[in-house]
Amino acid sequence: MAESRITVSDFLEIAPRVSEWRRFQRVFFSRGMVVFGLVVLLLLLLTAIFAAWLAPYDPYQPLPKDSLAQPGKEHLLGSDLLGRDTLSRLIYGSRTALMVGFISVGIASIIGIPLGIIAGYSGGFANIIIMRIMDALMCFPMLLLSLVIAAVLGNGIHNVIIALSVATIPGYARVTHGVTLSIKENDYIMAQWAMGSGYARTMFKHILPNAFPPLIVLMTMQLGNLILAEAGLSFLGIGITPPGAAWGAMVNDGYRYLLKNPVLSFAPGLAIMLVVFAFNMVGDGLRDALDPRLRGLL
Amino acid sequence: MTTYIIRRLLQALIVLILVTLLVFFIMRLLPGDPLIIYVAQSAQIEAMPPEMVDKLRHEFGLDKPIMVQYFNWMGNIFQGDFGTSIYYREKVSTLMRERFPITLHLGVVAFIVGAVLGVLAGLLAAVRRGKWADKVVTPLTYVGITIPVFWLGILMIYAFGLKLHWLPISGYTSPFKDFWLNSRQIVMPVICLAIFSVAANARQMRSAMLEVVRQDYIRTAWSKGLRERRVIIAHALKNSLIPVITLMGIGVGMIFGGSVLVETVFAIPGVGRLLVSSIFGQDYVVVQSITFVIAAIVLVVNLLVDVSYGWFDPRIRYG
Repeated sequence: MAESRITVSDFLEIAPRVSEWRRFQRVFFSRGMVVFGLVVLLLLLLTAIFAAWLAPYDPYQPLPKDSLAQPGKEHLLGSDLLGRDTLSRLIYGSRTALMVGFISVGIASIIGIPLGIIAGYSGGFANIIIMRIMDALMCFPMLLLSLVIAAVLGNGIHNVIIALSVATIPGYARVTHGVTLSIKENDYIMAQWAMGSGYARTMFKHILPNAFPPLIVLMTMQLGNLILAEAGLSFLGIGITPPGAAWGAMVNDGYRYLLKNPVLSFAPGLAIMLVVFAFNMVGDGLRDALDPRLRGLL
Repeated sequence: MTTYIIRRLLQALIVLILVTLLVFFIMRLLPGDPLIIYVAQSAQIEAMPPEMVDKLRHEFGLDKPIMVQYFNWMGNIFQGDFGTSIYYREKVSTLMRERFPITLHLGVVAFIVGAVLGVLAGLLAAVRRGKWADKVVTPLTYVGITIPVFWLGILMIYAFGLKLHWLPISGYTSPFKDFWLNSRQIVMPVICLAIFSVAANARQMRSAMLEVVRQDYIRTAWSKGLRERRVIIAHALKNSLIPVITLMGIGVGMIFGGSVLVETVFAIPGVGRLLVSSIFGQDYVVVQSITFVIAAIVLVVNLLVDVSYGWFDPRIRYG
């Protein structure tokens, strides 16, 4: 399809794209909080990648002599009952958080976005079926649904990922559905039809790219929500396989020694909050920079 | 309006049916014999002689086709029969009747706190935009939507319970037995449950209000010489509440989700805690029933929210 490769819209897009990017940068970096969030996320990413170099101790190896050590020179944030260094476990926990967050967002969006496009674009029966199922899924509070699914599937982090993905699919379907409904009324979609592009091509080549700004914002914010939900699940003891380090489970472990060493519980909770806050801030910044009209909607 | 309500009710009915299907089939994802839902833990079933297992299967109707099983289950639920808990050896409906009031008590108080405080804080931040009130409220709303509630609970237990001894750190006493103790016990759990709603409502309220006060009819109200209080409360408030109402519907789900965590932290014997303990006790009839009832409540609340739009915004035509 050589002729369809060069279209009028391609020529029109070249010029504004440059200034579009500049505008994006200007708005995105204009708020201190957004920049702060970005820095936190970059640090988090580096922490997760270089965990092995950064962690002062082996996060999994019990050291009986250091059981419940107070924060100090040897253990910056103290250590748990088995004598494992809190800081090292905190550093390794960033891997769990990021892995769960990114994989779940990936799975949920790969399933949810096409469902939303198909429902919005084809309308009729497919629309009713898909959207009502999404409504039904949305009746379950996210934490509750993922808790039950993860519990039924059995222990293990991969089951937590599946559970969280299923629980967040409707969000993507709904947003994509809404955007698709408004995009499909545009003349350029009609033009694509006239030029003979089929269903699939219209949906995924022409509607999907236009639905991208709100979806990118949604994904960023969901990363934060997922990390928060995963922390909640692991706090309850779902999906953790000892000796793996998860922040929520660490808060729960430390809860028992609250009077003896509150840092055990306080530190991982602060880490969760900081990371969720950062994802929210970056999401906010992306929303303002990509499409200010989304304010209040996402 | 009536047509809209009828259509919305029909839609809700379809969603309710889908909810029952989801709940039913999620339980069937359990690895192994579905008997573990009704009778005992998988290890116990493996130890039984095969004839016994077959007898039990027949008793629970598990030898019938799956759709028949589904309809039997649903028929029982609509007659108020949720089955029998294998751990408590009691009717699940009895268990839920004991625990739902506790969760609902906390949840309703948290919902009211979230709605009132959230709207007031958002209003204040919008009206005093850029002033110190806004500079305090807006960053706090970000904290409120990102803080892990179980961690907030632990922080408060440490500060107000263990260090300052102001509040009891756990448990729940019926308000009819000891109202004063009950009030002191629910302070911290309610804060945990409400914090997300307060923050989310405040944020939404602030941006909705800022949007509304830019509109022409507000300028007209000002130019009529009305005082600020009247412009905001009589003219701007109602319109800016619309998006906040939607959010409150979502907030109900958040409160139920949060109750699972909060009741665990504060050792409150509500449905949230019952759900968690049933999950670990492999008491799946209870898990199934609680999940269904909560989803049904969320569905009804959101239906009410949708219908209530008409009162807040008569412009909505319900095509």
